[in-house]
Amino acid sequence: MKIVVLLKPVPDTYGQRVLDLETGLADRAASETVIDEIGERALEAALRHAEQAGDVEVVVLSMAPADSQSALRKGLAMGAASAVHVADERLAGADYVRTAEVLAAALRKTGFDLVITGDASTDGTGGVMAAMLAELLDAPGITRLESLEITADAVRGTRATDGGSMVVQAALPAVVSVTEALPDPRFPALRGIMNAKKKPVEQLTLDDLPLDEVGAALDETASPRSIMLSVAERPPRSAGTIITDEGDAGERIAAFLAERRLA
Amino acid sequence: MNPILVLLPAAPAGGLIAGTAEAIGAAASIGTPIAVVTGPADALPELAEQAASFGAVRVHTAVVEGPELGAPAADAFEAAARLVQPELVLVPATVEGREAAGRLAARLRAPIAADIVGVTRDEQGVVVRHSVYGGAYDVESAATYGPLIATMRLGSIDDRAEAATPDVQPLEVTASGRRAATIERFEPVTQVSTRPDLRTAKRIVSGGRGLGSKEQFALIEQLADTLGAAVGASRAAVDAGYVDPSAQVGQTGTSVSPDLYLAVGISGAIQHRAGMQTAKTIVAIDRDASAPIFEIADLGVVGDLFTIVPQLTAALEARKG
Repeated sequence: MKIVVLLKPVPDTYGQRVLDLETGLADRAASETVIDEIGERALEAALRHAEQAGDVEVVVLSMAPADSQSALRKGLAMGAASAVHVADERLAGADYVRTAEVLAAALRKTGFDLVITGDASTDGTGGVMAAMLAELLDAPGITRLESLEITADAVRGTRATDGGSMVVQAALPAVVSVTEALPDPRFPALRGIMNAKKKPVEQLTLDDLPLDEVGAALDETASPRSIMLSVAERPPRSAGTIITDEGDAGERIAAFLAERRLA
Repeated sequence: MNPILVLLPAAPAGGLIAGTAEAIGAAASIGTPIAVVTGPADALPELAEQAASFGAVRVHTAVVEGPELGAPAADAFEAAARLVQPELVLVPATVEGREAAGRLAARLRAPIAADIVGVTRDEQGVVVRHSVYGGAYDVESAATYGPLIATMRLGSIDDRAEAATPDVQPLEVTASGRRAATIERFEPVTQVSTRPDLRTAKRIVSGGRGLGSKEQFALIEQLADTLGAAVGASRAAVDAGYVDPSAQVGQTGTSVSPDLYLAVGISGAIQHRAGMQTAKTIVAIDRDASAPIFEIADLGVVGDLFTIVPQLTAALEARKG
């Protein structure tokens, strides 16, 4: 069985994230690039299954600029067997549909029984990629799994949805996304980090991908795209009044709220 | 007439998904709101009527009630989009809403604008607004050509439309037969709380690790109830098990933008601030004077929450008379 886990290199949410005000694109030099944590959880789920079941190959896949390979290396250090890195300058500023087309084509080329991805990235916060990939790959899709159980020919789990949870199952090959409720990812061991250096990273460009198999054109201007019109930095919020409690702080907050008609 | 199509998958627990009124309100502010509602046959008439009461001038309905997940509703939304030829498709960004938006975008190869907080029109067409990186940036985007499919952050839009006379038209849908996952069963969240929904609440009281225990977190709930507020929490409080994960505010929880955000025992790590710093008024209580939450608070109180919060709750009760 082959499980492909999608990893997205994102600006570290522990630091200040910056948008380039000229291009509207993420300023990748301004903050450290890390694997989105939800992707690490997805990988953890795949690795746990591989350890239990045997005969499971775990592959990590990213579409990201050429210089962001460290994210994939971390995935390899955690225990993935190999990595696929789609990097192409023509993909700078790719929108959701273009990204989904490229990932779907890369998944077709790599082959998969199960694709696991995070439910939403911390930078884009869209939460639509898994559903798009299920459509483009004509595979059953399950978004927002809070638990998952993988067998030789199916995936099953609890899906957190609006107002409740569903028990859902799908025959493989399938595409699923997972939530924060999944177990914490492991830290790569030193041996894992050393081994990662020897593991294969396949480098692909747009020209290597079977885009036609997912109904996509090589030329991205062939389809309508989402474009950024303007970007502005919001003025930072400044601190207001800070007081130290002298026994009446509760009263003072109540008065503050009443004055602003908030109570 | 600039048709704007609003996708309304029925909520699995029944009723329309959250955010319906504001999505139709936003649609009405720039064009003619037309809704497409999917759900079980016996619920559809009432759901369609509700959509009309929120201002949808026409409501297309399609029966979706089998155990198949995602694909059948997408068949209906695709049929509606091809029929209506909208300039913009709006979808409340709930779980089922995002699912519908993603699937429709993949089928139409139409651009997505995710997590929008506003919609306007300029001479060239529809423009949508986003609040990026936890509210640090305001971004506007548009489609090179239409239709644009936009998921709308809940609680971000104040526009509401006048109720419309129901004009309900069943949709003809050809099943695509796409492979789909199977729903074995659905369990609704047993919600005994009458508190407002965190995502759309005008007031939120949030507690952090400073509360110290699940029992003591009740202080937050009492204060919230006095204010008619929703209950929120920091990730630390959720990880410590004081409160349900659905209450988590921040980068990895819910992003909120209420009139009042009252943070109690929350230091204000950058990931928490990313989910609440666009609140209109922020009040913070924490014992650590150097806590970063005070950098963005309109009123910050350094002190012991265990004396301040009960006093505040009592004072608010007294003011209510």
